[in-house]
Amino acid sequence: MDMKATSGKKLGLKEKYRHMTRGLDWEPSYQKKEDIYPYMAYEGIKIHDWDKWEDPFRLTMDSYWKYQAEKERKLYAIIDAYAQNNGHLNVTDARYLNAIKLFLTGISPLEYMAHRGFAHAGRAFPGAGPRVACLMQSLDEIRHAQTQIHALSNYNKHYNGFHDFSHMLQRVWYLSVPRSFFDDAVTAGPFEFMVAIGFSFEYVLTNLLFVPFVSGAAYNGDMGTMTFGFSAQSDEARHMTLGLEIIKFILEQDPDNVPIVQRWIDKWTWRGYRVLTLVGMMMDYMLPKRIMSWKEAWEVYFEQNGGALFKDLARYGIRPPKWLDQIAFDKDHISHQAWATFYQYGAASDFHTWSPTDDELDWLSKKYPDSFDKYYRPRLEHWREQAKQGKRFYNTTLPQLCQVCQIPMIFTEPGDPTKTCYREVDYLGEKFHFCSDGCKEIFENEPEKFKQAWLPVNQIYQGNCFPDGTDPTVEDFEPLAKVLEYYHVNFGRDNLDFEGSEDQKNFAAWRGMATTNE
Amino acid sequence: MAVAAVKDYRFDSADRLENFHGNQLLFVGWEDHLMFCAPFALALPPSMRFGELVDTTLPGAFGYHPDFARIDWSAVQWFKSGQPWQPDFGRSLADNGLRHKDVIRFRTPGLTGIDGSCS
Amino acid sequence: MSTVFIALQANEDTRPIIEAITADNPHAVVNQQPAMVKIDAEHSLVVRRQTIEELIGRDFDLQELQINLITLSGHVDETDDELTLHWNA
Repeated sequence: MDMKATSGKKLGLKEKYRHMTRGLDWEPSYQKKEDIYPYMAYEGIKIHDWDKWEDPFRLTMDSYWKYQAEKERKLYAIIDAYAQNNGHLNVTDARYLNAIKLFLTGISPLEYMAHRGFAHAGRAFPGAGPRVACLMQSLDEIRHAQTQIHALSNYNKHYNGFHDFSHMLQRVWYLSVPRSFFDDAVTAGPFEFMVAIGFSFEYVLTNLLFVPFVSGAAYNGDMGTMTFGFSAQSDEARHMTLGLEIIKFILEQDPDNVPIVQRWIDKWTWRGYRVLTLVGMMMDYMLPKRIMSWKEAWEVYFEQNGGALFKDLARYGIRPPKWLDQIAFDKDHISHQAWATFYQYGAASDFHTWSPTDDELDWLSKKYPDSFDKYYRPRLEHWREQAKQGKRFYNTTLPQLCQVCQIPMIFTEPGDPTKTCYREVDYLGEKFHFCSDGCKEIFENEPEKFKQAWLPVNQIYQGNCFPDGTDPTVEDFEPLAKVLEYYHVNFGRDNLDFEGSEDQKNFAAWRGMATTNE
Repeated sequence: MAVAAVKDYRFDSADRLENFHGNQLLFVGWEDHLMFCAPFALALPPSMRFGELVDTTLPGAFGYHPDFARIDWSAVQWFKSGQPWQPDFGRSLADNGLRHKDVIRFRTPGLTGIDGSCS
Repeated sequence: MSTVFIALQANEDTRPIIEAITADNPHAVVNQQPAMVKIDAEHSLVVRRQTIEELIGRDFDLQELQINLITLSGHVDETDDELTLHWNA
């Protein structure tokens, strides 16, 4: 074959991208399209012309490997240096490590689920453009899962609670919150998945996770987390762009798509917002050196940035997500409500909690002038006083959970932080309970899906959360001990207060060895 | 629309009564005392006397709070699914009309938590 | 008016990039934060290859931004010469 190089001119970015995506696609001839792409119709989304899809980052696989390899080399060089230099002893305070335990158990496994979800969505779409974008995002997500696990495994050599995150994800009570969030997304159709994760989570919410919190990790001396966090978020920039593109594409294809997409935006903004409660608590209570409050981060990354986004989408007939008034009111409250929850259920977790110091309480008073002193400081000071007298509060009665977000019913009425928010629905003769109007409406739209929820508290009462062979009828049966055994949480090592913990003692001893000649 | 699915989609509820080995779930919240971060979930035999719930189960759940010992149970206001409700302490949960997964709350007039903060 | 932004890791590679962005976008506001730099700009912001190349004295492929980019906001339009962020409303 005569393969003569023609002009010698390099292809432009757009041309190269077109050749490497649409140019490699073909039309099927002996199979029906609906047999090849069986998930395209049932969600009700109508697509007339897949060629209208535009991928704004025109990254082809050759550039993908080139730049990702360079990022990864940098990342692993830093992880190695951090480990060799005993970098863990340079974090501000060993309490900080508990935020990182939460990250590993609650967030990194979601990266893996995102990898699976985007692989599935990419396979489901008939268009070459979104298929390629989903493929790259699927690769990004598995890289994120792996780099986070590698970076954090260094801490597992030295500290408790890092030892069995994938086992815990399937079992531990609070981990059902992020887990059920992603399970809901990956069991939805490909279009809903893209709106849920590609748009609502990536575009509207991940900045809150990977930018201010990770900047905070840097501030607290955790170079490993800073590096994997920023490295991951640089891919998120591409993902956000993909998320925005898919929304524009779906909305432009058919006016009938607008109400469906709106319902998904309402659902997934609310669900994502609920999951991020955890991050709010990490920022306000678990970074010894604070960078910005949850409320401030929320204002920058959700209110300002999300506000601009929804103003832009208004021309398609999309309005901002529902329940924004409540969300705006609650930014003064949810991080405190979450910390109080983990503090009191500190016997049932795989990480430590503690009483904030005076300095920290004052910082919270300053950052939350309208709520902290009035509602939360008295509670925390009372608990601290009790702990000093040897009566540290461990709540041992199980809490009621929300059927949808699976968070204990800790949230308060819109506009009244002194009243627990209770909502309920009767469905086919059974009562279901919710923490909010948002979660209730999500249930009402899909009751058949959410009535199957695996609620950890109810599962414990059904006897499904004990190690195999446990007989709960024996005398002196200790349910909490058996549940922790089932979780693989070591009582007295991984759980309880930071004060007096093995982590605290080890960190102090090792830091002493590192900074003196004793 | 109950769910969007590619084929018939019907499952049992995960928390149906028969899964609880003869118990039923009861959710109990104490108004104005958010030191307990959420209402409690209890698994109880429907034959349990309501008075026994108050005398033996609630102290274990709420007794840590300094207000708990000060409660005048004759003055307590009860709510079921948010509506005013009057339990009979001498009768069983079932005879008081409490079904699986019902939610009740109680308000203790004059007691509003640590320093009146509803904690 | 809506704001777009781009955030980059604070390191030696990004110093000239940030300098180029501020030169090409006089309306942009640079915020230094721990380990990162966030650049906000009303309505739109452009990153120009040529300006960066003049500062670093070598060829620069705009896709190299991926290495030190943390996050961004707004519609993206990428060509060989420019990366533009903007809102339509």
